[in-house]
Amino acid sequence: MLRRSLLTTAAAFLALPALPRPVKAAEPPDRQVLHVLDRLAFGPSQEDFGHAKRVGVERYIAEQLDPNSLAEPPELASRLAGLETLRLDPIELFVRYGPRLPGGEMKPSPEEIKARREAARIILREAAEARVLRALYSPRQLEQVMVDFWFNHFNVFALKGLDHLWVGAYEEAAIRPHALGHFGDLLRATARHPAMLFYLDNWENSAPGSRMPNGREAGINENYARELMELHTLGVDGGYTQADVIALAEILTGWGLNRPRMPPADRSGFYFNPARHQWGEKQFLGRVIAPNGEGEGVEALDMLAKNPATARHIAGKLAQYFVADAPPTALVERLAARFRESEGDIRAVLRDLFASREFRGSVAAKFKSPYRYVLSAVRAAGVPVSNPRPLLGTMARLGQPLYHCATPDGYRDSEDAWLSPDATVMRVSFATALAAGRLPLLGVAEAQEPAIDASASRGAPVDAAPLDSLLGPAIGQRTRAAGAAAPAELRAAMLLGSPDFMRR
Amino acid sequence: MNRRDFLALSTAAALIPLGDGAWAAPGPPSLSGGQRLIVVLLRGAVDGLNVVVPYGEEAYYAARPTIAIPKPGAPEGAALALDEHFALNPALAALMPLWQAGQLAFIHAAGSPDPTRSHFDAQLFTENGTPGRRVTADGWMNRLLAALPGASGQATAAVAIGPTLPQILKGRLPVANLPLDPAAANKLAIDRPEVAQAFDRLYSANDPLGRAYRQGRAARAELVAGLDAEQQMADNGAPLPNTYPAQAARLAGLIARDRNIRLAFAGLGGWDTHVRQGGHTGQLANRLRPLGEGLAALAQGLGGEWADTVVVVLSEFGRTVHENGDAGTDHGHGNVVWVLGGKVRGGRIYGDWPGLAPAALYEGRDLAVTTDYRAALAAVITRHLRIPDRALNEIFPGFASAHSELDRIVT
Repeated sequence: MLRRSLLTTAAAFLALPALPRPVKAAEPPDRQVLHVLDRLAFGPSQEDFGHAKRVGVERYIAEQLDPNSLAEPPELASRLAGLETLRLDPIELFVRYGPRLPGGEMKPSPEEIKARREAARIILREAAEARVLRALYSPRQLEQVMVDFWFNHFNVFALKGLDHLWVGAYEEAAIRPHALGHFGDLLRATARHPAMLFYLDNWENSAPGSRMPNGREAGINENYARELMELHTLGVDGGYTQADVIALAEILTGWGLNRPRMPPADRSGFYFNPARHQWGEKQFLGRVIAPNGEGEGVEALDMLAKNPATARHIAGKLAQYFVADAPPTALVERLAARFRESEGDIRAVLRDLFASREFRGSVAAKFKSPYRYVLSAVRAAGVPVSNPRPLLGTMARLGQPLYHCATPDGYRDSEDAWLSPDATVMRVSFATALAAGRLPLLGVAEAQEPAIDASASRGAPVDAAPLDSLLGPAIGQRTRAAGAAAPAELRAAMLLGSPDFMRR
Repeated sequence: MNRRDFLALSTAAALIPLGDGAWAAPGPPSLSGGQRLIVVLLRGAVDGLNVVVPYGEEAYYAARPTIAIPKPGAPEGAALALDEHFALNPALAALMPLWQAGQLAFIHAAGSPDPTRSHFDAQLFTENGTPGRRVTADGWMNRLLAALPGASGQATAAVAIGPTLPQILKGRLPVANLPLDPAAANKLAIDRPEVAQAFDRLYSANDPLGRAYRQGRAARAELVAGLDAEQQMADNGAPLPNTYPAQAARLAGLIARDRNIRLAFAGLGGWDTHVRQGGHTGQLANRLRPLGEGLAALAQGLGGEWADTVVVVLSEFGRTVHENGDAGTDHGHGNVVWVLGGKVRGGRIYGDWPGLAPAALYEGRDLAVTTDYRAALAAVITRHLRIPDRALNEIFPGFASAHSELDRIVT
């Protein structure tokens, strides 16, 4: 994936300058502050810009790498506390909102199934609300950025069967705690989470001839094993074969879902079923894996996390996300070395990345994804949001619906992926509506549809003057001239809808 | 009258659908010229063996104990016979009138010479037209646009359906993209003249953003005006459905109204059926049905323009011959390519069928590829769009096209 986008963007007619600009000592200090906020955060807010400028970019970076040193504002904490489904474990979510269990009293009627599905919508709504509110208002911006990065790397799709129950819990339990931690922990947490087990079908991956809980005969399923190597770890050129895909699938047989009525258990929803495991020795990536039940999978995940191809793959993806669509090879090699030496310490890799000449010199080299564009516009404008639905709708209309990427590769983060004719007219239209205060961002998030009289849920127009002073150092001559010639009520829209603001 | 009787009756006289909803004989070819190509990519690898079923082969039934489509004539869920060896998944019944009118052909055991079973690499190769070569930066449909006389330079000469621009249409020449969901015609801020004027100045530079913006404005002016009119006529205030048939009807409307559109592309997801894909009913059937109805709606909606249109439906690779342990199929190799259009020489299966005997399978598990997908496309491009053979080197660099029966797939 990564190599493809690096290479395909090399064509002159599509690409930005492929390499970051040479380091210019003359970059004004405020521009460096904006640059760091454009990469470590979802763009500048007035508050975060003031803080970063006060403490300086080096200290700001250090703080971001140590998010627990930063207090979350009480308003955000209390908003999050109101989102109850965020605190439910996978078993509880299944019991409260899932389809009724097979073998239960009566088969549920289609109406009952529909009603439960309807009730379950609160889970996704709350997960999306938490995601957007944290991205807008948490001072721990890098943590929010990395939650998005890793969720996308280990993507699951909310519309695949039971995953509508678990996407939020997956983010809370498998992604967020490790977002700045160790890659191996992320890998293990995602591999065992019901959301991933379900999404890539491993819960049904079983020794041929064994039986599923419903009595159906089961067998090998390659889906997770292949994507685990191609997308999550080694990369498509990581040196594995079709035989390795099958071996890994066999190793992971029996890794499945716990059920509420099944004994023991922990509340994670993971259950290793020895009766569905394919016992026997396996050859995987040139190594013999001795029969060891669940331990075989643990061993294989460890091998994958430590494989140099994984280090290169992850280093390349981080450099592409934080520096340039086609990041310099030397940087990727250095980050891969740091990844290997530190055994996948994400914080250590990011520390080197942010200190690098390549990072500091790559001002405005990236084109914002829809997710980032929408969030950064709201943060810069300082528009208060209690109902994120119009923002989520805009992301979806721009091709990046939150939690709804159907394919396991996640969304790409490159100009090539997101710059399109339709995107530009949609983005400037969103900027205009946002700046005019016409989006119903103050309504109640629970409402299914905006009220007919939505005027009460709309805010005031955005004042162009503070926005101009915030974004000033990143705004070029052409935008200034066009803004000066435009009607006063469009000036804020023109800053937020400018080509300059499409980049980061 | 049951459905099959109706189909038999309606196809008896080689009827094709016309835009006014009536069934009538084909009219004269349109005078304004400009043949069109629509490409539909089924992302995720559709199971071609359950689309065009080799029912004449016992190995097919042996390999698929729970998901095979029953033979024609079976009491329930029978496949619809195409010839003595192949039959169509009954979920695609909406396409049978086109087959019987000789306007639908299949090329079986088609695919890429590249062996990858990665969706993402294989889709890239399908779109950039250079199997095995990732560095090709543009898509073959953009290169085709460059070779299409009179098409280049028009903002809407090529249209991708959707909010982003797919690889297949990326490249030097301007193209448009537009989602065709019911909200596509909703008014935007940019539709207000004072807003448009201000942003036009802001995006006046000749850089990638400026060019994308101007293409977006031009395409919106041209395409959305038409959608708007359709919506006012059709919806009577009720929300339009967001289904394949409804989207296909909207696409047909766009193309029928705007003769500038020469190429169109749609990518449809949801075909990666590793688990419980079903047979004549179930997951795969539930996706095939609206696709078949959508293609039929497209043919119908295009009316007289159908004679100038060819639709090619393909997928990045096929799926395993044997069903897996979960009543699904894993990533395979060869697949079937669908070709539809008013001038397609259809009603027959093209390609060399390698069979499903163990020795014939690719790497012992997959349908072998006997027709390069580029050969199928090259035949359509040269015969239908009348692109000279020498320009094929630009569109599919490194591909040597040999003459074959495919040369006759379009009249």
